[in-house]
Amino acid sequence: MKRIVIVGATSGIAKECARIWVKESAVDLTLVVRDVARAQPLIADLQVRSPHSKIEAISVDFNDATAIHNLVEVVYHSRTIDNVLIAHGNLPDQSDCEQDLNLCKDTLEINGVSPCLFAEAFASVMQNQGKGNIAIIGSVAGDRGRKSNYIYGAAKGLVARYAQGMQHRFANTRLKITLIKPGPTATPMTEKMRAKGMKMAPADQVAKEIVDGIAKGKSVIYTPKKWQIIMLIIQHLPSFVFNKLNI
Amino acid sequence: MEISGWGRYPKIDAKVILPATAVACASALKDPGLLIPRGLGRSYGDSSLATQVLETTEMQYLQAFDSETGVLACDAGVSLYEILNVFVSQGWFLPVTSGTRFVTIGGAIASDIHGKNHHVDGTFCEHVLSFDIALGNGEIVTASPTQNPDLFHSTCGGMGLTGVIIAARVRLKPITSSEILETTIKAPNLDAVLDGFEKYIGSTYSVAWIDCLAKGADLGRSLLMIGEHATDGGLKVASKKPITIPMDAPTQLLNPLSIKAFNTLYYGKVLQAEQSRRTSFETYFYPLDQMLHWNRLYGKPGFLQYQFVIPTATGREGMRRILEEITESGQGSFLAVLKAFGKQNENYLSFPVEGYTLALDFKVTPNIFKLLDRLDELVLQYGGRLYLAKDARMSEQTFKASYPRWQEFEEVRRKYHAIGKFASLQSIRLGLA
Repeated sequence: MKRIVIVGATSGIAKECARIWVKESAVDLTLVVRDVARAQPLIADLQVRSPHSKIEAISVDFNDATAIHNLVEVVYHSRTIDNVLIAHGNLPDQSDCEQDLNLCKDTLEINGVSPCLFAEAFASVMQNQGKGNIAIIGSVAGDRGRKSNYIYGAAKGLVARYAQGMQHRFANTRLKITLIKPGPTATPMTEKMRAKGMKMAPADQVAKEIVDGIAKGKSVIYTPKKWQIIMLIIQHLPSFVFNKLNI
Repeated sequence: MEISGWGRYPKIDAKVILPATAVACASALKDPGLLIPRGLGRSYGDSSLATQVLETTEMQYLQAFDSETGVLACDAGVSLYEILNVFVSQGWFLPVTSGTRFVTIGGAIASDIHGKNHHVDGTFCEHVLSFDIALGNGEIVTASPTQNPDLFHSTCGGMGLTGVIIAARVRLKPITSSEILETTIKAPNLDAVLDGFEKYIGSTYSVAWIDCLAKGADLGRSLLMIGEHATDGGLKVASKKPITIPMDAPTQLLNPLSIKAFNTLYYGKVLQAEQSRRTSFETYFYPLDQMLHWNRLYGKPGFLQYQFVIPTATGREGMRRILEEITESGQGSFLAVLKAFGKQNENYLSFPVEGYTLALDFKVTPNIFKLLDRLDELVLQYGGRLYLAKDARMSEQTFKASYPRWQEFEEVRRKYHAIGKFASLQSIRLGLA
């Protein structure tokens, strides 16, 4: 059975990816979460979809490097992991973060530092497997800092640079690192924006593109695909133009 | 944000509450203010419209499944589409399905939906063992035919006016094939198609597409489509991408001439009097789901769905009279579907009664409301009623005259703290508290 580990499994995109993977075939799935009790409805849901899959949840402090290191050792347990998906995050209000430096710090850590720690820890145990994929969810927000979202965006920029470095490190090996950059997606994280009427991509559609992209061994996945060209343009706008935009 | 029903008439600016769990839902109900629960918004009119709307679509986990009995326990925000996606390949089908899969379990219960097999299998709620519902005071209770039966029978078909359905237990139907054996029969007029329904009363699925622009001797000419589950052929769920109507069509696209041309071609394409074929369940049950946002074909003003049922005793005469009224008006319906219903159930506001039901679409124009008021008079005259899940403009008098159990319904709402908490534009229009 394929072995998959999902970090931040109760997040909207991760949940849909899990559903696709268990539908493809019975899997050995480990969900790394903050609170095991909160993961129970997801486990029940996945088990109904795939009665032959082996599914369990395990919790850890997402900001504690020692705890993450130890957890990854326990999860790995000398058994090959085929896929890791690092999918946790938190999108607070930018203006709240500007006013509260502790919130600012927490946002940078959970969205930037924490995913990198998990990636580093998993890469350590998986590097001699001879196969495997570590996929990290970044964001289009990481492509260029902008006033409405640069704290979250900067954290995702860190993730992008980290993934890039790891891709270089593992370039000539069978361990693949995939950086996922979703555009705005309809998940609990974006609930406030959607209640105001903002249209977003459905999470199951984004998840399908992620699962397909990982299977193909892609390095960077923009999902939906149109965001690749949109961000290409945004990244290249000269500042005298960009500074006029209210985004 | 602006929301509407599937007919895109009327529209309202609403605050949308999106709880992700039952606990969040119950806690949202403790806040003051009237609201109405809403699933995927496929009711056509204003059944799920209010200035505050509680959307259940985030509560969408499957909870448990018993492969011996076929009983599925799930959150109310799970859609029929998702259930088919997961269970067809495991050999299970929905016991009753509407013409679209994009309906939540909560919505299916609240409208007590019916399908092409009503004459054999009844409505959706007749396959619901129990559900959990959050009441107006934030309390979550369980209702079934034996536990809080008054709450059960008023919530089934109760249009969300008794509370927010949180989760349900539904019995699925075992199948050995995902294909349907379909027979299409050309019926040259109304008597022929009604005779056809009687002849095929033993068939599991039956529905007729009716040309409601045909006049005189051709009045009521139809294509009657009978269906049975195949027993072989595999269990497959199609992955064909549906086409999307990307924007509003010009309002003149669907007009009496274009509709007449379409109807003539559609009826004409069936060359033999009777022909059979094997088809996928998606094609047989959900042809319109293949075209996402097909409601945009009616243009920005939207359209009205009008579905009524006339009891068997006056069925033929009533149907003939109503069809004559429609053809005389020249206001064509693009899609007209005719179906024979089986017996009525015990749910207070459930739509189906034994007889014949016709569902019609009409573009929203200034003249249409007068025609529909006239049709209401005829429906009442023949002892029938309209389907609340399609209605956007029925009057209070018409509703109360045709749904005599509305008073019992109100008493149950009072008992379970629903009054002063749950209301929709429709319930206010129909004179409910």
